[in-house]
Amino acid sequence: MSETIDIAALNGVKEGEKKRPRSKEKRLEIACQTVEARVRNYDEVALGYGPAEAVAESMRCLECPKPRCVVACPVHIDIPTFIGLISRGKFSQAAEDIRQYNNLPSVCGRVCPQENLCEAACIVNDTNPKNPIAIGRLERFASDWQLTHDVRDAASVHKRPATGFKIAVIGSGPAGLSCSADLAKMGHSVDLFEALHKPGGVLMYGIPEFRLPKAIVQKEIEYVKALGVTVECNVVVGRTLPVKEVLDSYDAVFVASGAGFPNMMNIPGENLNGVYSANEFLTRVNLMKAWKNDSAGTPIRKPRKAVVVGAGFTAFDVVRIALRLGAEEASIVYRRSREEMPGRGEEIEHSLEEGAKFVLLTNPVKYLGDENGFVRGVVVQKMDLGEPDSSGRRRPVPIKGSEYEIECDLVVVAIGQTPNVLIPSNLPGLATRWGSVIKVNRESYMTTVPKVFAGGDAITGAATVILATRAGREAARSMDAYVRDPARNWNPPA
Amino acid sequence: MYTITRKKVLASGVIEMGILAPRIAKAHKPGQFLMVMNREESERIPLTIADSDPATGEVTIVFLEVGRSTIELGEDFKEGDSLFAVVGPLGTPTHIEPFGTVVVMGGGLGVAPIYPICKGLKAAGNTVVTIIGYRRKDLMFWHDKLAGASTETIVTTDDGSYGSKGFVTDALKALHDGGRAIDRIIAIGPPVMMRAVSNLTQPWGIPTWVSLNTIMVDGTGMCGGCRVEIGKESKFVCVDGPDFDAHLVNWDEMFARMKVYTAEERAAILANHECKLHLDNIKR
Repeated sequence: MSETIDIAALNGVKEGEKKRPRSKEKRLEIACQTVEARVRNYDEVALGYGPAEAVAESMRCLECPKPRCVVACPVHIDIPTFIGLISRGKFSQAAEDIRQYNNLPSVCGRVCPQENLCEAACIVNDTNPKNPIAIGRLERFASDWQLTHDVRDAASVHKRPATGFKIAVIGSGPAGLSCSADLAKMGHSVDLFEALHKPGGVLMYGIPEFRLPKAIVQKEIEYVKALGVTVECNVVVGRTLPVKEVLDSYDAVFVASGAGFPNMMNIPGENLNGVYSANEFLTRVNLMKAWKNDSAGTPIRKPRKAVVVGAGFTAFDVVRIALRLGAEEASIVYRRSREEMPGRGEEIEHSLEEGAKFVLLTNPVKYLGDENGFVRGVVVQKMDLGEPDSSGRRRPVPIKGSEYEIECDLVVVAIGQTPNVLIPSNLPGLATRWGSVIKVNRESYMTTVPKVFAGGDAITGAATVILATRAGREAARSMDAYVRDPARNWNPPA
Repeated sequence: MYTITRKKVLASGVIEMGILAPRIAKAHKPGQFLMVMNREESERIPLTIADSDPATGEVTIVFLEVGRSTIELGEDFKEGDSLFAVVGPLGTPTHIEPFGTVVVMGGGLGVAPIYPICKGLKAAGNTVVTIIGYRRKDLMFWHDKLAGASTETIVTTDDGSYGSKGFVTDALKALHDGGRAIDRIIAIGPPVMMRAVSNLTQPWGIPTWVSLNTIMVDGTGMCGGCRVEIGKESKFVCVDGPDFDAHLVNWDEMFARMKVYTAEERAAILANHECKLHLDNIKR
C-alpha cells in the first residue's frame, strides 16, 4: 500500500520529526450541509474532514502515555496511535490500526456517541474545556480514506492460515459483521446469513442515509468480504434454512439476529392507516428507499403533520425523515422531559435546527381516525414527573383531565424494539429472558445450547452499534477458543 | 440466482411462474409464502407458494397483474430472466392433521395457494372436498390439478358458464344444507370472499380458517405493517399467520388497512404507463 500524501504540505509531522501538539487550538468543526439544503435531501448532514482538516485536528492530540480515551472506548481502540498515524500522513495505516479493535470504523466514526465516551474522557478537556480531540471524526476520516483507496490490499494484511473450522453467523448487523470479520482474520471459514436482501442489518434498515450513507455501509461489508467471509442474503434461518441444519453443518454458530420486533403501546386506534411502527417507517425509507419518489417501488405516506412517539435515537431519525418527506409540522411526543431524552445530543440539536417540535411530558392515549380508517389525530395526556423508577429516571405520572387532541396525518411509534422470536422458537433448549432476549454467559457469549453463541441486540435488547460491535468481537475470541477445544468445561449461562 | 424457469399465462392477467430457489423448494410447507423483489429498488411483495419441487429446486407462484410490481413482473420478465431477490418460505405453515372432512375453498386467484394445502390434507388422511370458483369459464385454471389433489371437487362460475352457477359460498351452503358433515373449512381468495365464507359459517360453529394477504415490507416480523386485529389482539400476518381463525378476524379493519397505499399505487401505475406510452411514441 503506497500512499502519496505530502505531509509537509498538510502541516503534519514529517518523517524523523517530533510532534509538537497544538492542543490549545480550538476543536476543528466539521462542515455540515446548511439546514435549508439538507431538509430537502437525504445526503449526509455532516460532511467529514478532508486530509488537511484531519491532519490539523490530529495535531491537537497530545498522544498521551496514559490515554483515558482508550479506557472509555467500549472496544479500547488505541486512539493516540491512530491519531498519531494521521498526523504523520499514514491514513490507511491509521485505519488498519483501528481495525485491530473495531471492524466498522467508518460506521462507528459516524454513529458512536463519542461525546459520552472517548471524547468525554479526553485529557484536552482539562486545559481547553469543551474542546476534546474530535476522535470520532478522525476515525471516520481514516476509515473512509482507506475504504475509498485500498480495501483489498488492506484486507490481505490480516489473513492467517486456514484453520479448517467452519462457523455460521446469523445476521449481518454490527454484531454479526464484527464477529465474522474477526473469525475470518483468525483463519476460520465463515458463512454469514442475512434475512433481508442487503447485508448490514440495522445499519441498512434503521439508520437513515443522512446519518450513515448506505454506500459506506456496503464498503465496510466489502472489506469484511475481502477478509474471506461469505455473505448470503435472503436466508431466514429458522425458515429458509432449518436451525438444526445449520447446527449440524458448522463447528460453531453465532446468533446476531438483532432486536427487530417493534414495540407498540396497545392503545385504541393503533391499527389505523398512517400509524406506523418505527421499524416499518424506517425500513420503507432507508432499506427500500421510498424517499426516491420515482425509481423506488415501495410507497410511503407523505405527511402534512407528523407525530413521533418516543425520544430515543430512532425517534429523532424518524422526525428528521418526516421533515424531509415534506411535513409542515413534525413533533416528538415524549412522556418525560428534555433532560431524560435518551437520544444523542447532536441528533437532538440537528432535529431542532431542522424544525422538529418537542411536545414534552405528554403521552398518547388513543388515535382518532377518519371515515376511511386513516389517522386524523391523537389524543394525548399531560404527565408529571414522580419518583425515580428502576432506570433511575423520574417516573412519568398522568395528570387526570389533562387530555387534549393533536391533529396529525402520520404517527410513528418509536418506543423501542425487542428481539425477534424466530430463532429462539426454532431452537429447542435455547434459554431466553422475557421470551425473546437470548441468555448467554457474559464472558463466553455461549448460550444454553452447545456450540451456539449469541451477541448484540439479541442478548441485550435494543442498544448501540458500538456495544454490538464489541459483543461480536468478544464472542469471536471465545468461539475461536471453543472450536479449538470444544471438550473443555464451558460454562453455560446461569 | 432466482431464475425464472417457466412462465405461462393461465387466464387474462393470471400468470404462473416457476422460479429456481432450491432452499425455498426444500423447506416449503403448505400455506407458506415468499417475498419477491423484481429489481434492486422494487418493493418486496408477498406471494403464496402454489407448488414446490425439492428435486428440481423450483417453486411455483401464481399471481394476478394488479399492482405496480405484479404488472411489471408479468409484463417485463420472461423465462430465463432472474429476479433480484426471492426469500422464503415465510409464515407459519397451515395446520394439518387428520380432521375428518375438510372443505377447502379457493376463489379466483386463491385456487393456486390451496393446491399444496389440499395435497397435505389428503396425505394426512382427510376427505378433502374442494370448492373452487371463478368469474367465467375462460378465467379457469388448475381445476384439473386441484381435482387430482382432492377427494371431491366442485367448480362454480359466477355466470354459470362452467360447473354450477353462483359463488363458492353458494356451493358450501348447498353442501352444508344437504347434511354433509364438515369438520373444518379453509378458504383462500379475495378478502370479500373470505369474509363471506366467515359470515356464512359462523352460525354453524364449524372451525373456519382463512389465509390473509395484507401489506408487508419484510415478511419476517420486523415491520408490523401487516398487523391486523385477531380476537381483540394485534397479530402480525407474516409470522403469526398468514392462517387465522376467520371468526376472530376484524374484517373491517383489515379492509381499511388493505387500502392504505391505494392512492400511491394508482399514481405509480399511471406514471409507468405514461412512460411506456411515451416510449412507444418515440419508437414510432
